[in-house]
Amino acid sequence: MTTDAQALRSTAVPAERRVRIRQVSGAGAMTLGGAAGGALALTWLLYERILAASGVLGFWLSWYVIFLLMYAAMAAMQWDKLAVRDRVASVALAGAGVLTCAIVFDQVGFSLARGLAAVTHVSFFTHTLANAGPLSPMADGGVLGAMVGTLEEIGLATLFSVPLGITAAIFLVEVGGAWARPVRTLVEAMTALPDIIAGLFVLAFAILTLGLQHCALAASLALAVTMMPIVARGSETVIRLVPGMLREASYALGSSQWRTVWNVVLPTARSGLSTAVVLGMARGIGETAPVLLTAGYIKGLNFNPVNGWQTSLPMLIFNERQQPDANDLARAFGAGFTLLLLVLVLFTIARLLGGNKPGELSRRSRRRIARETVRR
Amino acid sequence: MGAELLSSPSPAASGDVPRRIYARSSAGDKVFRGVLRGAGMAVMAILGLILAFLALRGWSAFRATGLSFFTTQSWFISTNKFGIAAILPDGILIALIAMIIAVPVAIATALYISEYAPPVLRRALTSLIDLMAAVPSIVWAMWGLFFLEPRILGISSWLARHLGFIPFLHSVLPLTTPSFTTSAFIAGVVISLMVIPIVTSLSREVFSQAPQAEREAAYALGSTRWAMVRTVVLPFGRAGVIGSSMLGMGRALGETIVVTFILSPIYVFNFHVLNTGGNSIPFMIALNFSNGPKTVSALMAAGLVLFALTLLVNVIGSMVTSRSRSGLITVN
Repeated sequence: MTTDAQALRSTAVPAERRVRIRQVSGAGAMTLGGAAGGALALTWLLYERILAASGVLGFWLSWYVIFLLMYAAMAAMQWDKLAVRDRVASVALAGAGVLTCAIVFDQVGFSLARGLAAVTHVSFFTHTLANAGPLSPMADGGVLGAMVGTLEEIGLATLFSVPLGITAAIFLVEVGGAWARPVRTLVEAMTALPDIIAGLFVLAFAILTLGLQHCALAASLALAVTMMPIVARGSETVIRLVPGMLREASYALGSSQWRTVWNVVLPTARSGLSTAVVLGMARGIGETAPVLLTAGYIKGLNFNPVNGWQTSLPMLIFNERQQPDANDLARAFGAGFTLLLLVLVLFTIARLLGGNKPGELSRRSRRRIARETVRR
Repeated sequence: MGAELLSSPSPAASGDVPRRIYARSSAGDKVFRGVLRGAGMAVMAILGLILAFLALRGWSAFRATGLSFFTTQSWFISTNKFGIAAILPDGILIALIAMIIAVPVAIATALYISEYAPPVLRRALTSLIDLMAAVPSIVWAMWGLFFLEPRILGISSWLARHLGFIPFLHSVLPLTTPSFTTSAFIAGVVISLMVIPIVTSLSREVFSQAPQAEREAAYALGSTRWAMVRTVVLPFGRAGVIGSSMLGMGRALGETIVVTFILSPIYVFNFHVLNTGGNSIPFMIALNFSNGPKTVSALMAAGLVLFALTLLVNVIGSMVTSRSRSGLITVN
C-alpha cells in the first residue's frame, strides 16, 4: 500500500529542479561560436575570393548579415519557432550594441592616435601659430593661443548660461503653472536647435545691430545660447527628483519658498546640478559653428575678450585642416587630441559628481556630518 | 444621538463649510517667484529675439527676390538670382539618409541596453552613449573625412553597381572611385553616427520605464523575452522613440561642420545621393558668411527658414514625447 503510493507519487511528480534563468548552456554557446566562425569563413570566401569586392566596412557588414542567417538556420535545427525568434532577436540587438561601442572606441582611438604626433612635442602647448609658416617643423607652432581662447570663451559662456539655465529649471519645477508647459517644450526643442543658428543670431543681434566687434565675448554669447537649454534640461531632471518630503518639512518649519529652494532643494540636488553644468560645458567647448561666425581667427595670442579676434581649439582645427602642409594637418589632429581630452576630463568629472542621487550622501559628507554631530 | 453625530459632518446640518486653504506669500517670495518667472520668460524671449533678428536682417534679401527665394535653385547674389530651392531639399536629403541609418541602430542599441545587457554592462554602456553624444562635431568631422571616407567608397560603388536601378542609388557619373567621393551619402553616414547617441539615450530612458507589472504579466502568460519586448516595451515606448527621432532629425538638419568638411558644394538639387556634390543651408552659411552685406542678408533669410523648420520639428517631437503615457510618467 505505502510502496504503491510512493511509486504513484514518484511517477506523477518528478523530482523538482530549480529553473535557472539566463543560463548559458553548452549548446547555446557552441551555436553562437559556430555561426560566427562559419560566417567569417563564408564571408572571406565570397567577399575576397569570388565576388572580389573591397573595403573593410563592407566585409564586416556582409559578415553580420551572413552570421545572422547562419545563426537562425542553426537555431531552427535544434529549437522550436518561438525560441529561435527569441534568440535571433537577442543576438541582433546585441550586435547593434557592439557596433555602437566599436564606433565610439574607433572614433576616440583614431583621434587620439593621429594627434600623438603633435602632442608629444612640449612646444605644442607653449607656442602659438604666429611664427608657424607653411614649411616650419612640428617644433614650431602650437595651440597656446587657441587654449587661451577656448578657456575664455567657455568661461564667459558658463557665466552667462548657468544662472539662467538653473533659474529656468527651478521655475519649471517649483513654480509651474500654465506657462511651465510651453517653456519646457521650448527648452527641449532648443537642445536640438542647429548650433549655427546661435552664431547667426549673435552675428545679426550683437555684431551687426549693436555694433559689437568679432571677439571672444560675442563667441561666448553664441555658446551660451547653445549651452543654456542643456543646463536647464539637466537641472530640471535632478531638481524634480528631490523628494517632496524635504520641501514639506522645510515649509512646516515655517520657512518661505525661496528659503526652502535655497537651503533645501538646491543643496540636495547639488551633485546632479554640477553634472548638468559640466555636461553643458562639454557640449559648448567643442562647438565650432557658433564660434566660426562670431570670433574671427588669428594666429597669435590675444588675452582680451572684448577687443580683437580670437582663436579657439575647434577654429584652429577648422583652419589648419585647410592648409596644404602635412605638419599643419598634424597640428589640426593635435588640437583635436587636446579638445577630445578636455571633453573626456569634463565628462569624467560629470560622472564622478553625478554618482549620487539627490539626497544620497557620499562617504565623505557622511563622515563630516558624523564629526559635527559628535562635536555638539 | 448616534444618527445626529453621523449626520453632523454634512455642512447643511451644522453650518460648517470646508475652509479654503491659501498661503499668503511674503514679499521675499513674491520677488523670488518673479525672478523665476522672468527666467522662464527669458527662454521664450531668446527664441523670439532669434526669430526677430533673423527676419530683420534677412528682410532686404527677401525683398530683392520676392517669392522666387523659395523657387530659385541658383545662388547669384549680384543679379538677385538666389534662393533655397536647391539647398533646402539637398539638406533634408542628407538628414533623411542619416535618420534611415540612425533610427534602427539606435532603437536596437537602446533595447539591448535596457532589456538585454547585464546590469554591470548597462551602466558602462549608458556612459559610453553619453560620451558619444559629447564628442565634438569637429572631431567627428575629422574622423569622417580621414578615416571613414576612404573606407566607405567601396560600399558606395557596390550600391551604385548592383542597386543602381533604384533612382536614388543610380550613379550619373562613371562608375569609378572619384565619382563617389564627397557625396551626400557619406555626409549622411557621419551625421547618423552623431544622431545615434541622441536617439539611443532618450529611447533607453523611455524603455526602462515600461511598467514592471506588465512585463511580469507578459512573462506569466508564457512569452519569451523577445515577445515581452514586442508586446510591452515597444508599444510603451513608441511615442518616446518617435519624439526622440524628431529631436535627432532637428540635429541632423542643422549639422554644419561635418557637411562643410565632407561635401563639395553644388547649387542644383542632386538626388543621386552616391554621387559627388551636395549642399545644405548650414553649409552655405559657413561657406559664405564673410562675403559682404548682401550675401549675409541672404544667409539670414535662409537661416530663418532653417530655424523655423527645425524648431517646428523639435517642438512636435518634444510634444509627442511629453503627451504620451511614458512622457507623463517622466514629468509627474
